[in-house]
Amino acid sequence: MDEQELTRLTEKAKEIRKLTLDSIGYLGVGHVGGSMSIIEVLTVLYYKHMNVDPGDPRKRERDQLVLSKGHAGPALYSVLADKGFFPTEWLHTLNRGGTCLPSHCDRNQTPGIDMTTGSLGQGLSAAVGIALGNRLDGIDSTVYCIIGDGESNEGQVWEAAMAAAQFGLGHLIAFTDYNKMQIDGYTHDVMDIENLVGKWEAFGWFVQRVDGHDMAQLDRAIVRAKAETARPSMIVLDTIKGKGAFFAEGKLSNHNMPVDYATALEAIARLDQGK
Amino acid sequence: MLEKSTQEMRAAYTQTLIALAEADRNIVLLEADLMRATGTQPFKERFPERTFNVGVAEANMVGVAAGLSATGKIPFAHTFACFAARRTFDQFFISANYARLNVKLVGTDPGVTATYNGGTHMPFEDVGLMRVIPKLVVFEPCDTVSLNRLVSQAAHYYGCTYMRLHRREAHVIYDEGAEIALGKGNVLRDGGDVTLIATGAVMVPEALKAAHLLAAEGIEAAVIDMHTVKPLDAELVVAYAEKTGAIVTCENHQIINGLGSAVAEVLAEHRPTPLRRVGVREAFGEVGTQEYLMERFALTSEEIRCQAVAVVSAKG
Repeated sequence: MDEQELTRLTEKAKEIRKLTLDSIGYLGVGHVGGSMSIIEVLTVLYYKHMNVDPGDPRKRERDQLVLSKGHAGPALYSVLADKGFFPTEWLHTLNRGGTCLPSHCDRNQTPGIDMTTGSLGQGLSAAVGIALGNRLDGIDSTVYCIIGDGESNEGQVWEAAMAAAQFGLGHLIAFTDYNKMQIDGYTHDVMDIENLVGKWEAFGWFVQRVDGHDMAQLDRAIVRAKAETARPSMIVLDTIKGKGAFFAEGKLSNHNMPVDYATALEAIARLDQGK
Repeated sequence: MLEKSTQEMRAAYTQTLIALAEADRNIVLLEADLMRATGTQPFKERFPERTFNVGVAEANMVGVAAGLSATGKIPFAHTFACFAARRTFDQFFISANYARLNVKLVGTDPGVTATYNGGTHMPFEDVGLMRVIPKLVVFEPCDTVSLNRLVSQAAHYYGCTYMRLHRREAHVIYDEGAEIALGKGNVLRDGGDVTLIATGAVMVPEALKAAHLLAAEGIEAAVIDMHTVKPLDAELVVAYAEKTGAIVTCENHQIINGLGSAVAEVLAEHRPTPLRRVGVREAFGEVGTQEYLMERFALTSEEIRCQAVAVVSAKG
């Protein structure tokens, strides 16, 4: 990734972060922590790697993303709005009655959402199914999946991990948003998932671990994962829950928190000032 | 009297699925290490690339099926009915049904047909769980002919379905050319005194036997095969409530939230009618032969006869 692209993606991530803070703040409550921690990976995927078409959201040959940690929908909605899947004004309808943007991702409500998620643990299985369906149809696209670290407590994640390796799904690339926090505390206190890299390796996956807020590292890892076509790939992202939202960053209470609009706007202003 | 088919239900099922898959390349099959029980190996031999065995991981199987469906495939996923309903309930509810995908879930060995596998494997609650899922189609064929028709219709219908499948030989109920439609009950025998509404390979034959016993006592019973428990053929239930004024439901399932409950709901709202429910009452499963278990849980023609006599006298 050259300097120009790095600058472009860094600016884009800031825009997405601002849109997300604005939408949650406008509503007054939301999953700030887990949305902020995946902004960079979403940016690198949707603005560099993924083949998607806002004019044809269900295009068969597209790359797909299963956001298994479905509560981070607001971050993904910002990306999809910015890319033109739907009007940016929709972001102010987040979670309001009749909205097309529910708190958890819904493939039938939101253009560009590939799978309905929200009951934790289920997304990777669906991603495995999508990858199998693509293979049957001879479609050479990549299926991405983002799993939460707390979500990794769910047994189904590991059932799917076994299946992906058994079926040799080289076009499946998963990420763990390892922000080290879950609802009731730090992951190492609630239910420790270490050794996470060793676990995925033991399940037969090609595993990398990167700074999940570093665009260049993310990009390199995705390129390497795409080159690995015999095995599924896991990219463990070291992230900070609430990253970039001064009122939330690193706070254990940030999973789903009230945010008044003035505070959200202040957070946006601070991002603009580079603070 | 009724004869047993020479073909096992599972063989008829796999044969049907292969025929459907020959015509539609989107039909795929999933198993969770019970392929030998379901009897779907011939499908795997014919379509190895369309067969996915996920091992002993039913929740993942349903999630993978949902993902396959999202790419336009028509996945048929199989396990014992106890696991299909209890273990994969949230995956089936959210990843398949709430996501408005097209997953065909098949639960084998319903109720007493689980025999020697006993209480851990004996689902008397699967229909009850499935009935509460919005828009889900829930059905149980009673013989190989209805199995063929209903599975074919399920394959061509976009939306999730849940089918209970008795694996072994079932009694022959229908002629080859019989008209059978998902969502429409079939009147197998007409009568004016009482209506026996039954579902599945265990209870439809018992209801027919009970009708013969009742005829000997001068009671003419209509018998309906209500293969589709959801959506229930309410029109037919009300029509026969009007015609006979007394109803007995017969199911290889507990009486809570199965066929009996579904019929009771329709009657209570549209035409209050004396009703008796033959089914399992507040009990878990046990080991035994199917015959033993049918006696143990009072799922017999004799029980249906007794309840029919009682409900006829309740008409006043």
